[in-house]
Amino acid sequence: MFELTEDQQAMVEMVRDFAATAIAPHAAKWDETKHFPVDVLREAGTLGMGGIYVREEFGGSGLSRTDAALIFEELSKADPTIAAYISIHNMVVWMIDAFGNDEQRAQWVPQLASMEALGSYCLTEPGAGSDAAALSTRAVLDGDHYVLNGTKQFISGAGVSSVYVVMARTADTGSQGITAIVVPADAPGMSFGPNEKKMGWNAQPTRQVIFEDVRVPVANRLGEEGSGFGIAMKGLNGGRVNMGACSLGGGQAALEKSVAYLKSRSAFGGPLINQQSLLFDIADMDTELETARTLILRAADALDRGAPDTVRLCAMAKRVATDAGFNVANKAIQLHGGYGYLSEYGLEKIARDLRVHQILEGSNEIMRLIVGRLAVGA
Amino acid sequence: MKIVVLVKQVPDTAEERKLNLATGQLDREATDSVVDEINERALEAALRLKDADKGTEVVAMTMGPADAVQALRKALSMGADSAVHIVDDSLNGADTGRTAATLAAALRVTGFDVVLAGNESTDGRGGVVPAMVAEHLKLPLLGSLVSADIADDGVHGVRQGEGGTLTVRAALPAIVTVTERFPEARFPNFKGILTAKRKPVTTLSAAELDVPAGVSRTVVVATVERPPRAAGRKLIDDGTAADELAEFLVANRLV
Repeated sequence: MFELTEDQQAMVEMVRDFAATAIAPHAAKWDETKHFPVDVLREAGTLGMGGIYVREEFGGSGLSRTDAALIFEELSKADPTIAAYISIHNMVVWMIDAFGNDEQRAQWVPQLASMEALGSYCLTEPGAGSDAAALSTRAVLDGDHYVLNGTKQFISGAGVSSVYVVMARTADTGSQGITAIVVPADAPGMSFGPNEKKMGWNAQPTRQVIFEDVRVPVANRLGEEGSGFGIAMKGLNGGRVNMGACSLGGGQAALEKSVAYLKSRSAFGGPLINQQSLLFDIADMDTELETARTLILRAADALDRGAPDTVRLCAMAKRVATDAGFNVANKAIQLHGGYGYLSEYGLEKIARDLRVHQILEGSNEIMRLIVGRLAVGA
Repeated sequence: MKIVVLVKQVPDTAEERKLNLATGQLDREATDSVVDEINERALEAALRLKDADKGTEVVAMTMGPADAVQALRKALSMGADSAVHIVDDSLNGADTGRTAATLAAALRVTGFDVVLAGNESTDGRGGVVPAMVAEHLKLPLLGSLVSADIADDGVHGVRQGEGGTLTVRAALPAIVTVTERFPEARFPNFKGILTAKRKPVTTLSAAELDVPAGVSRTVVVATVERPPRAAGRKLIDDGTAADELAEFLVANRLV
């Protein structure tokens, strides 16, 4: 579990080369100009990053969740925002591949796995975040179509994506009344809010998705009516591991920058790294990341095996890794002194980008709720 | 068309490269090993021909220690069909002449329409091996091209020198070397990485190639470490600085 196979080493090396060439040199500019690099995402798609753990039959890469965690950490060293978007896209493709029928898979997976088409995931609503089962976007059956009405909030990729997996209410039975429906971007009645102004994640658009009498064929429904909440939660298990891995990548980049800086910066008669308190900071950062990495790989392994404690481990790993990534990035700013506060040094961007990982895909409070309830058998 | 691409495993240029002072050989432990970037561009040129015509066969060939198989795996993951690894302890420390004779012998065994290689490696920078291979095989060399059009009826290429531009052509079979003006190599995709292991790698020894035993003709007399950089010379202007500076530039052939 902890020694990478030759294949994994080769994959990580490729992703590192790709990210160092195609992403890292532009990340600061994309952040500043709020540029969503669709062309670079397409290139990532040709390398197999659009459907990492999607079956090969319709163009997926057929890799494991462990492979995916390694890939997302590596991508995120270059830019957490791009890595995180690719993670969300992968969750969407996986949902269609895992819960769609063969017709649906044949229709959607090839264009998504190649990233010729991008995907967005629509669960959260203005009035339903952590309490996702309370969502109110409605899908009403009308002949062989569903008619959708409602608003989705904080949707990554919205306005640019071609394919939206939407969780909508088909019955007033709480979490049992939610259904997953694939909605194409060109469906009449679908519109998007303005690109939100955010603390970080500027290189991917975040918008509301608004449905006004949007008619979607019943054939676009994933699974049975009422199975949507289960699909959403299963997707999020993997999403949590991926997002945790993205936090590790950002944190690791911040740690490496800090080590280089403390070795090169002199004060009080020698390099700063000679100050033992700062060396201890580096030790704490390194240990916190490695602890989190260990748990991420264990959760990914549980997902791969379909282990009974998958939900628990994914929740623990998401919380630990996203906290670790942000803590390390924040500490790295401190270690860089005034320079850490300057955009040019790249530390503040990492902290801004990683901050949201503690909030999304189930906030870290929800992770504690999941773990706590499982611990006490409630 | 069958294209053999010569690839070489070299120390990563991003790191500090070291020689073993006792043997005069590369210290392979000191740095990560990578496929020489210019060879990757040669491979890219071959793979583009394969993209356009699926009937094109691309073989990656290297001579090097057991570890060098990693360079071949990378080439296979990028899309080469098969690989040839010439590995033999007796070839340890081979000079350019011996290396070229061995590669030529292996190329005779493998067969080809075109041999593609980089014009020089980033480690040895001799830049002579492809020409020597061409000489052994009595084939035309189109060296250091900035662009090439390779087709069944021959190779047409452009070679840029200090004095001007040459347009060159040769019938097949031929040896072609490329410069960094060629397009950058592609990244292997995940599928390529996973299928690379299933592609055939032929191993050849010096004995199988009938390469005469014996030491290289070039002998390394001494190896010394590059001296640390000394501080530059400072000119203090007491009215003669301009003259001194001009003298310095002339003496060092900088003007």
